[in-house]
Amino acid sequence: MAKKVPEINSSSQADIAFLLLCFFLMTTSMDVDYGITRRLPPPVEQNDDDVKVKERNVMNVLINKNNKLMVNGRPSDISTLKEDAKNFMTPRPGDETAPEVEPKTFDLLGEVMMSKGVISLQNDRGTSYAMYISVQNELARAFNELKEDMAWKHFHKHFDQLNEDQAKAVNDAVPVRVSEAEPAEY
Amino acid sequence: MGKFRKEGKKEVPQVSTSSLPDIVYMLIFFFMITTSMRDVELKVKTAMPKATEIQKLEKKALVSSIYIGPPRDAKLGTESRIQLNDQFARPDDIADWVLQEREARNEADRPLLTTALKVHRDTRMGVVTDVKQELRKVGAFRINYTTLKGSALEN
Repeated sequence: MAKKVPEINSSSQADIAFLLLCFFLMTTSMDVDYGITRRLPPPVEQNDDDVKVKERNVMNVLINKNNKLMVNGRPSDISTLKEDAKNFMTPRPGDETAPEVEPKTFDLLGEVMMSKGVISLQNDRGTSYAMYISVQNELARAFNELKEDMAWKHFHKHFDQLNEDQAKAVNDAVPVRVSEAEPAEY
Repeated sequence: MGKFRKEGKKEVPQVSTSSLPDIVYMLIFFFMITTSMRDVELKVKTAMPKATEIQKLEKKALVSSIYIGPPRDAKLGTESRIQLNDQFARPDDIADWVLQEREARNEADRPLLTTALKVHRDTRMGVVTDVKQELRKVGAFRINYTTLKGSALEN
């Protein structure tokens, strides 16, 4: 009769597994990053035939080194910036003080009045990053609200409930026109 | 009916622990799959500002991060510095770094590469502008200002 090999005691297997578990528990980091996504403009050659934009089509937003805001030459505040930007970008045909509008036809939306307005953002080298992000965020909020309005008007749905084609049409009809000025040397 | 009754005390049978390792292994596999080990040691503080209009950064493999903030080591002062990979860098180093990052991805993914700017809230925009200009020069146009969730008016 063959000699029986004694069974290996497996009671310590649990302990080993726990050790491994502890290691992975400690090293794991399941943080997900969120942020404001932007596209930088391609670099421009230094020549001075810059595009002439009509004054009524531009909303100038300046942030100085003390984090104070100036909108179109007047001191302003971050709490009113979103409404200002939204008012500015809302197409108002016939209003001489508002930006120009031009009708454009989209497959899903029909004829839509598009504003030719541009928001120009300029900051100082001394502006704090927190203030800059606040301003970017408020401007993004203005555009998102315009998109939401457009989505509701044409599809009776919230913007994030639209299907891909509808969302694309709304995105095309309400382009995020925030231009960052070339950094000036002071 | 007495003959069915067992002799002696009635004992509660021990709970079998033989399935315990299996359960623990299941947990291990979960953590092994979800884990992403921190690839760099942060040398700068990155307390990021808050924002509401934010999107999730999809596909972590296609994101490379630049950290900007005051050094953790107080001996190095409080002026914001740039950190690429594991070391401090100057704005001139960014072009090379972007090329390296592109080189590390396969060809199809390269245009989708996003640069995440993880910037401390008290940083002056001068440094950030320099970094953005360098990124523009080298053609890394997709950027993301990484922020926390929260009202931007509290910044």
